[in-house]
Amino acid sequence: MSEALVESLGLQRRKRLGEEGVKVVLFLCAFLSVGTTVGIITVLARETFLFFQEVNFFDFLFGTDWAPLLRPQKFGVLPLVCGTLLIVLGSAAIAIPVGLASAIYLSEYASHRVRDIVKPVLEILAGIPTVVYGYFALTFVTPVLRIFFPGIDFFNAASASIVVGVMILPMVASLCDDALRAVPASLRQGGIALGATRFEVSTRIVVPAALSGVSASFVLALSRAVGETMVVTLAAGANPKMTLDPFVSIQTMTAYIVQVSLGDTETGGIEYKTIFAVGSLLFVITLIANVIANRIMRRFREVYE
Amino acid sequence: MSLGTSDSNLTARRRKAAAFRWSCAALTSATIVLLAILIFHVCKQGLAWLDWDFLTSFQSSRPENAGIKPALVGTLWLISLTACIAVPVGVAAAIYLEEYARPSRLNTLIEVNLANLAGVPSIVYGILGLAIFVRGLGLDRSILSGALTMALLVLPVIIMASREAIRAVPPSLRQASFALGATQWETIRHHVLPSALPGILTGVILALSRAIGETAPLVMVGAATYVTFLPDGPMDSFTALPIQIFNWASRPQAEFEKLAAAGIIVLLAVLLVMNGVAVFIRHRSRKGVS
Repeated sequence: MSEALVESLGLQRRKRLGEEGVKVVLFLCAFLSVGTTVGIITVLARETFLFFQEVNFFDFLFGTDWAPLLRPQKFGVLPLVCGTLLIVLGSAAIAIPVGLASAIYLSEYASHRVRDIVKPVLEILAGIPTVVYGYFALTFVTPVLRIFFPGIDFFNAASASIVVGVMILPMVASLCDDALRAVPASLRQGGIALGATRFEVSTRIVVPAALSGVSASFVLALSRAVGETMVVTLAAGANPKMTLDPFVSIQTMTAYIVQVSLGDTETGGIEYKTIFAVGSLLFVITLIANVIANRIMRRFREVYE
Repeated sequence: MSLGTSDSNLTARRRKAAAFRWSCAALTSATIVLLAILIFHVCKQGLAWLDWDFLTSFQSSRPENAGIKPALVGTLWLISLTACIAVPVGVAAAIYLEEYARPSRLNTLIEVNLANLAGVPSIVYGILGLAIFVRGLGLDRSILSGALTMALLVLPVIIMASREAIRAVPPSLRQASFALGATQWETIRHHVLPSALPGILTGVILALSRAIGETAPLVMVGAATYVTFLPDGPMDSFTALPIQIFNWASRPQAEFEKLAAAGIIVLLAVLLVMNGVAVFIRHRSRKGVS
């Protein structure tokens, strides 16, 4: 079409402007997600900066006493980190073996019919709200634990860990299942042809071949456990402590944040700022975990034709 | 790996393989058993407390009078408002990323950022909402603060689901539209979006059902726990189902524990209905294609 003809049609120019306008609006919507990240980082950084004007950075990071709501106030975050670590280790001990075993079963052994039952069950487990899991930990798992271990605290890390483990299990199972199923059948057939049993094929060929996806799923699940809030708030207690004993009451970073925001803390007070300092630490830890998971996925991915 | 030469070695390996298979099967069925226990436990605790009065009463300090009405209405308000904010923005972002974005640094940034946002713990969104919407913009502890926070939280999920739906639209459809002289936006509006709609709807419903159960961000933006009125507009304070459940569950009395269970049954029922609708839409659209 010649330029003159385009001009004579007249409408062309206005229409293009409309097209460009739409594109800009759509772009702004997509860019809003970057804005969210910038917002999170700005908010966390600003208040955390103000926090560190009152509290020494090293005292915060390496102090072993956490009591911002009591007098004298103490701002050593390690007890909260330790509590979180305890929950993460405990939930990993549940979710990783069970999740990987389920994934191996689903991808290597299960018939279509079994898959059609197990997959929706995993989806339902993944869709259950965390507050429901918290309730389950508090009213079912803790009483059951106390039958076997009568001396343990009512609020304890073990109960919360078990339930957080159950909560992140579907994530491990379905991500591992995806990774295992991406391993080409020819690799398995090669192993079988050489006389290996299904067990040997699964553990020495399929899982190693899918190792990048499998380990990335572990990291992602652990990062989820770090950020988990309601289960630990309800079941693990509010007692920051430097301990790895799962049977006593502890407090995690997330549970502390909830505890403060449930109380009446005034804006601008040091208690209010602790939310952001602890929140920053939480954000940094989960961000590092996610970056690591993405790196593992990309760097160690075996590409099959 | 040394290959077994004697029969006994082969038998041992086969036995090991069988043991492995059955332990994997046992652990897999353990997940099903767990789900069954969870649902059974909640129903056993809560079913007796679940009646019409429970659904239509306000919160009360006497468990036998307490009900879930304001929480139910609050959740309804919250989710509708969240959907109004997050769905247009999310779908628009998905359209941009699938239909317009060319590989560039900026677009890579958006992609990487989306992947990372999906991994940010929900309580961090709560902190963001507290600092920006509740305090910064002075929206206070209103439904609007909660909805804006929730919208940011579900946005990455909605974007990802919508992108998948848009990607599933065959390119031939777009090419045919272009060939007939349609502009890019006309193509998207009249052809891509309509055929991606069922997929987008399914994704949106699933994302919103995730938002319904979110508790931590709402605690942060200060959803109230003791509400004796129904909200009138987006600026009113409110409570929501998961908040109410959390509040009841954290009280020591056994009656409130039962109330929490009854609340959970209502919450799970709402989720079940939403997921049912999503599955129904997915199913119908599949039938339509084939």
